[in-house]
Amino acid sequence: MNKVEQALLADSHIDDAILSTTLTSMMARQVDFADLYFQSSQHESWMLEDGIVKEGSYNMERGVGVRAISGEKTGFAYSDDISPLALQQAADAAMGIADSGQGAQVQAFKRQAPIKIYQAIEPLGSLTQEQKITLLHEVEAHARQVDSRVSQVIVSLSGVYEKILVAASDGTYGTDIRPLVRLNCSVLVEKNGKRERASAGGGARTDYSYFFEMEQGKARYLTYAEEAVRQALVNLVAVEAPAGAFPVVLGAGWPGVLLHEAVGHGLEGDFNRKGSSTFSGKIGSKVCSELCTIVDDGTMANRRGSLNIDDEGVPGQYNVLIEKGILQGYMQDKHNASLMGVKPTGNGRRESYAHLPMPRMTNTYMLAGESSPEDIIKSVKKGIYAPNFAGGQVDITSGKFVFTSSEAYLIENGEITTPVKGATLIGSGPEAMKNVSMVGNDLKLDAGVGVCGKDGQSVPVGVGQPTLKIDEMTIGGTQ
Amino acid sequence: MTTINKTTDPLLEQMDEVKHRVSKVLELAKSLGADGAEVAMSRQQGLSVGTRLGEVENVEFTNDGALGITVYQQGRKGSASTADLSEKALTQAVEAAINIAKYTSVDDCSGLADKALLAMQNQDLDLYHPKALTTEQAIDIAKACEQSALESDKRITNSDGASLDCFSGFKVYGNSHGQLVGYPSSRHSLSCVVIAGSDDAMERDYAYDVNRDFTLLDSGVDIGKKAASEVISRLKPQKLSTMKVPVLFRADIANTLWGHFIAAISGGNLYRKSSFLLDELGKEVFPEFLSIQERPHIPKALASSAFDSEGVVTTDRDIIIDGALQTYLLTSYSARKLGLTTTGHAGGIHNWLVRDKNIASRGSKEADFDAMLKTLGTGLLVTELMGQGVNVVNGDYSRGAAGFWVENGEIAYPVSEITIAGKLQTMFKGIVAVGADFDRHGSISTGSILIDEVQVAGQ
Repeated sequence: MNKVEQALLADSHIDDAILSTTLTSMMARQVDFADLYFQSSQHESWMLEDGIVKEGSYNMERGVGVRAISGEKTGFAYSDDISPLALQQAADAAMGIADSGQGAQVQAFKRQAPIKIYQAIEPLGSLTQEQKITLLHEVEAHARQVDSRVSQVIVSLSGVYEKILVAASDGTYGTDIRPLVRLNCSVLVEKNGKRERASAGGGARTDYSYFFEMEQGKARYLTYAEEAVRQALVNLVAVEAPAGAFPVVLGAGWPGVLLHEAVGHGLEGDFNRKGSSTFSGKIGSKVCSELCTIVDDGTMANRRGSLNIDDEGVPGQYNVLIEKGILQGYMQDKHNASLMGVKPTGNGRRESYAHLPMPRMTNTYMLAGESSPEDIIKSVKKGIYAPNFAGGQVDITSGKFVFTSSEAYLIENGEITTPVKGATLIGSGPEAMKNVSMVGNDLKLDAGVGVCGKDGQSVPVGVGQPTLKIDEMTIGGTQ
Repeated sequence: MTTINKTTDPLLEQMDEVKHRVSKVLELAKSLGADGAEVAMSRQQGLSVGTRLGEVENVEFTNDGALGITVYQQGRKGSASTADLSEKALTQAVEAAINIAKYTSVDDCSGLADKALLAMQNQDLDLYHPKALTTEQAIDIAKACEQSALESDKRITNSDGASLDCFSGFKVYGNSHGQLVGYPSSRHSLSCVVIAGSDDAMERDYAYDVNRDFTLLDSGVDIGKKAASEVISRLKPQKLSTMKVPVLFRADIANTLWGHFIAAISGGNLYRKSSFLLDELGKEVFPEFLSIQERPHIPKALASSAFDSEGVVTTDRDIIIDGALQTYLLTSYSARKLGLTTTGHAGGIHNWLVRDKNIASRGSKEADFDAMLKTLGTGLLVTELMGQGVNVVNGDYSRGAAGFWVENGEIAYPVSEITIAGKLQTMFKGIVAVGADFDRHGSISTGSILIDEVQVAGQ
């Protein structure tokens, strides 16, 4: 028995026989598939502001979600009490969706060998409380030391230790321990009555030692402070952004939020099964410029969006979504995959036991191309270079998407010149992707900060891309 | 006002039991050395069904509970929360909060709200109207709603379905000043999302209603029809060229502008000097015809509450009189940071009424939606906004938009894939009129808002 089985099942007097009986009781109706999802999580966060540690909190969550699927119908119930009785009550409620009759057979559980995309670490105890406090203070001190215009610093640190176990009627039986840590530094800079705020940070599926690793000769936590100050100072001297249609060069790394919005959501299996996505029915068609190869990769070591197994017990995978501009496939969970007659792709995710799984992204990025970032900039006569973004949103049916820059510059005659204020960029997904005319050789992933929201459920994700050029996008400036 | 017989409602019986548990948790915190403590506990149960193309898609039985505790020890603060409500987990939560308070810093401004400001008793605001529906009844209501949308126009080609959600629950709040209050509430909503057009020219839109009282919800047929007419009206949108024009924000999205105003006058952003409305108290931030009143005790209203999330009693307030800012929105912490007194806004605002004096004098007929289009004349009507491009520190505003081009007071054609941008402080002062076409779906009752000039970017 592993640690997860001990904590989620044995301590609550649940064994294989009870899991099996519960699933069998549901399949006594016309149920095609049923699963049980047990979860416990511990989450802590610390916040420093004005030089003092103002807040600290600790959150515990524990429960079980029970799902029964019959055709396109899903019945779902959950309980924050993990016990044989609560489990059966949830199962009784969930199977109410299906008519009486006989469903599929419950398969014998096939225990999966552990996968190690990230380690089974408990991150919260990887630093003492005193060390966490010291880390917060050091980030602040460094930010203030970098530049005297820094008038305020907020530093936050958080860690999650999550255990999950999934058992399903198709014989799936998997457990996973998912650590996740995050450190963030937000600064306010002030000069001549003008103020700007910016923040920077990162994180990974590992423990707090991540923040002390060296990055270009400097401990990672110090680089967050420097990056936040740098961005805020750029914005302090930024002028009004232009309004209208221009060529846009997006920087490497976090600007990959473009792919998440312009392409990623539209390739999720549920929307395509329903035919509600602008990418529906387009497998095999050209949907992007042939310079674009886009993947969703749950297998990157220790990445924020990575998964040893997804929330349906399917191992995390490397899925090519678009190859040289041609749409290859969608991201699937078990339900939508089975209705579309394809295999699940390791993208079945849920916020918690109290939410239903659905197709979600993991780490979504574009593979490197051949241009040098310098040549890409040189090719633009008048346009915008945007290396940092705040976030984005998409309407998957019309394909219209936005993302908002948090650091941007004018490009004039092939050179990056004046910084411009944050502005929203809007485009149509397929159109914008067909207008990708240059792709850099500098693929980079984001620093580990992404949160994706869909149907009210939040999950951690990663994005990435090389520097790339889109020939025309609408920029929402004021000039 | 509430007609439920207390002894027969298990949820209300449970609330009494939870009050008892909250006081036990407070005692435990005290015995472990806390010199102050506050506990909030909530429970919510409900049924959520979704149908799509006439078939059931989801049936979810929700049942959520959570407890949050904050302890204070000689000016240091620690918090913990748990969704596991077992005795063992509650004890662990208290211990975790106490442990954290050993490591946080002394903060002179932290601590419970002042005792004199607390609501020691709940006030019945008629917020609890549970509706017991069978799964089948709920499914039928959702199906009828979607059916109405699908039938109303041939150009409706697909659906994302209709859903009905019925929730009821309660909140209990207690603290070491001896306050122990709680109230039950309910919330029902019915929504429908449909798709029109095909291939590369599809559009989606939705309609919904939400009410604390199920019997007051709009009919499913009306919601379906509205969703259908919304999406049909969006078909074949055009882009606009880049220009400066007057913009009318339709009532249902006008509240996003008030949302930015709320952020700008919230204590947390003010004491951090992170607002474009610093030092504006008493000054005109809107035109003189505009007023905003807060009314926290409107029966059945969505944002009604007798006390805020710190237990502070809520009262009627003027937020804006004749365009001038009358108050900030403060919690006890941000109030102490600013040397002021809390305004009972921990957890948000409580029912705002935005009113245009000029319109009140002319009569509401003169300010319905059609009249507002006439006042706009030629310009942009915005019905959808996308993205997060709002900078509260300096007021910079840049968001994706969709809506309609209006010519001589008449809608000419739908537009999309454009942005609108400006500075919020300028946009606020540039308000020309607020309509009487009040949206009542949220915590802010506002009509559509006409602004004199906004930068539009398109082709």
